[in-house]
Amino acid sequence: MKNYLLVGVLISAPAFAANPVVEELMNEFRAGSALAFSAEQGRELWTKEVMRNGEARSCASCHTSDLRDQGRHASTGKNIKPLAPSVNPARLTKRADIEKWFSRNCKWTYGRTCTVEEKGHFLAYIQSQ
Amino acid sequence: MKKLLTVLLISGALLGAGGSVFYAGTAAGDDDDDRRTYAWNDWRDARRMSRDFVPATHPDYQNECSVCHFAYPPGLLPARSWEKLMSGLEDHFGDNAELAPETQKGITEYLVANAAEHANSRRAAKFLRRIARDETPLRISETRYFVRKHDEVPERMVAGNPQVKSFANCAACHRSAEKGVFDDDDVRIPGFERAHF
Repeated sequence: MKNYLLVGVLISAPAFAANPVVEELMNEFRAGSALAFSAEQGRELWTKEVMRNGEARSCASCHTSDLRDQGRHASTGKNIKPLAPSVNPARLTKRADIEKWFSRNCKWTYGRTCTVEEKGHFLAYIQSQ
Repeated sequence: MKKLLTVLLISGALLGAGGSVFYAGTAAGDDDDDRRTYAWNDWRDARRMSRDFVPATHPDYQNECSVCHFAYPPGLLPARSWEKLMSGLEDHFGDNAELAPETQKGITEYLVANAAEHANSRRAAKFLRRIARDETPLRISETRYFVRKHDEVPERMVAGNPQVKSFANCAACHRSAEKGVFDDDDVRIPGFERAHF
């Protein structure tokens, strides 16, 4: 019996370690639909640049294109801790933080709030890093 | 009687001299016009103040504000500036920095209670003295005292320096900034370590 349980854990573990906060948010984003979120699409969106106030902006403007790296705030120059949970386990653990940063950073980068698709892809991408 | 008068006069002169020594001490390392900023009436107050700033330690201010920028000590701006700044967070120097209403209220109260008028710091007093009463500056780097203190720093060392990027990034060069200390002696500009200021 013990062995069966162990096998079960090993099989369900692979791509993403289950993160209840992210799971809960993704379920809300899907809202019962069949929407699928992919780390690969999240990665593409991450570096997609948008012209704002005369400068090309993307998530990577501050967070760089390697989430394991330390970032740097585009206007103040202040260092930003890595986003990848693999090197910074505090990331993606607080729902209020995730919501706050989506709200603030989507507005700075795109001048609007992000769609649920975008947010789902971003979460999948960040979680995979 | 004459003797007593002489003694009194001499001790008075000595006390006065002591005062001047203290004066010169506080002005050392600063620009020459600092002496003018201390009227005789300010002198007693000035001596009770600390030289630099009390660092910003408010937990919400640390968590919400200093994630993106240096935790500027509240003594850098007058209360009216903090109030105005905190009421416009949806466009915070081009960034969206909106907060939950409760958090925003708590941080505003902290900033106002410890603003330049109440900071009990000589450097805060210098910032404040150069701000006209009808002015409400929002950028610390545009206040007169700041501008004069940084007028010898060329752009290539700040905006053109990838390790600094902005005058907003105090701690990039002021190595004791986190402790509230902004002495010239503590300044090291990354990439220009041999330059002296």
